[in-house]
Amino acid sequence: MNISVTVNGTEHSAVVEPRLLLVDFIRSKLKLTGTHIGCDTTSCGVCTVLVDGTPVKSCTYFAVQADGRSITTVEGLKQNGALSPMQEAFKEHHGLQCGFCTPAMMLVGTALIADNPDPSEDEIRFGISGNLCRCTGYVNIVKSIQAAAATTREGASQ
Amino acid sequence: MYPAKFDYLAPESLDDALSILAERGDEVKILAGGQSLIPMMKLRFARPSTLMDINRLPDLSSIDVANGHVRIQALARHNDVVRSEVVDSENALMASAAPWVADPVVRNLGTVCGSVAHHDPEGDWASVMLALDAEVIATSKEGHTQFHPGSDGDRVTGGERVIPITQFLVDMFTTSLHSTELVTEIRVPRYERGGGDYQKLERKVGDYATVGVAAHLELDADDRISRAGLALTSVYPSNLKVDEAEELLEGESPGEELFAEAGRIAAAACDPTSDVRGSADYKRHVVDVFTRRALSKSLEIAQGGQE
Repeated sequence: MNISVTVNGTEHSAVVEPRLLLVDFIRSKLKLTGTHIGCDTTSCGVCTVLVDGTPVKSCTYFAVQADGRSITTVEGLKQNGALSPMQEAFKEHHGLQCGFCTPAMMLVGTALIADNPDPSEDEIRFGISGNLCRCTGYVNIVKSIQAAAATTREGASQ
Repeated sequence: MYPAKFDYLAPESLDDALSILAERGDEVKILAGGQSLIPMMKLRFARPSTLMDINRLPDLSSIDVANGHVRIQALARHNDVVRSEVVDSENALMASAAPWVADPVVRNLGTVCGSVAHHDPEGDWASVMLALDAEVIATSKEGHTQFHPGSDGDRVTGGERVIPITQFLVDMFTTSLHSTELVTEIRVPRYERGGGDYQKLERKVGDYATVGVAAHLELDADDRISRAGLALTSVYPSNLKVDEAEELLEGESPGEELFAEAGRIAAAACDPTSDVRGSADYKRHVVDVFTRRALSKSLEIAQGGQE
């Protein structure tokens, strides 16, 4: 099947089998390896990407479903060549250890603060509960998202 | 893990979708959220030869009030229910259950109608719909007639078929939906004074319920229970509507003693299995406690004059 998908602002056309998973389209066809494969069973969330701005587990979504849609992966988070507030906050607050869940956490965090610019700690913990981190205990991830929210709010008020 | 090969169709109108089902429905699986179906396809428990993606059908995502019902259309996602002002003001049980379904990312795609149509025996929504006496609207191509083996061999003519949830859910992963039909809507009756609550014990976010209890109460002008709904998740081979407890509650004045008796009935009615999530005895005890809690919370909401 012929599909056309916009990934991080660039349109890609490809011929794919209907059963090709979006995560493999992104990793194998587009060579964007920031999107990870973890459990492959819709549990861990490390394959999360944004489809039209909404977090989706790309191991449980066919590439053909993305035809005509817009995908954001971790490679698309940077703004004008610089780290986004979310990326900057994860770096600043050490919101990672091994880094395997980090791309997904930053994407979910980005969608979360777009929807709710001033989330409470509980709202953040609820919001990231579909994404597993086996290193951090989540404390610094929560701090990072809170910090990114604050930076983004300041940016918006200027 | 990869699914077996399949043909992919993505019709852009309901009419086209129903035509496909009319012509070759028996070989088609319908893809809405896909959050249960795709994992099953990857495990090759499901091997449909054709996958019909309905996500491009227009005007099928609403959650609204129509003809005395709250209706949830086929493409309304779990998170649409979580965020819905209509659900928040109209139906306490659905509002309570929605944030417990799967996890936040899965809720962005998974649909209520798909979840009920899939009828995983440990799904949360089927219990909610049983407690609320929901109706499933199954739509097929106008004028299409099909032999229906489930109902003494009568013939059902197409268009919209309204199926009470108790008749829709046949057995685990089995419903009375015909292969020519698409679930386009699930609707629940509105109420004047009522409340509801979903209690769920899960080991972690996204896990199946260890125990789930869906309760719904409506009160009449004399503060008696005019309608009660009670259904259980994960403690029986399928979602279990506890008719005996509903009958006990209806017509009575609500109170702790009554709710305790309902809890005992629910605990006796269920038939949990001992597994990694807990022993059968433990689960049975949780059913008892959760039934009381869910009914008390339902009453509190009903008495709070929920609009």
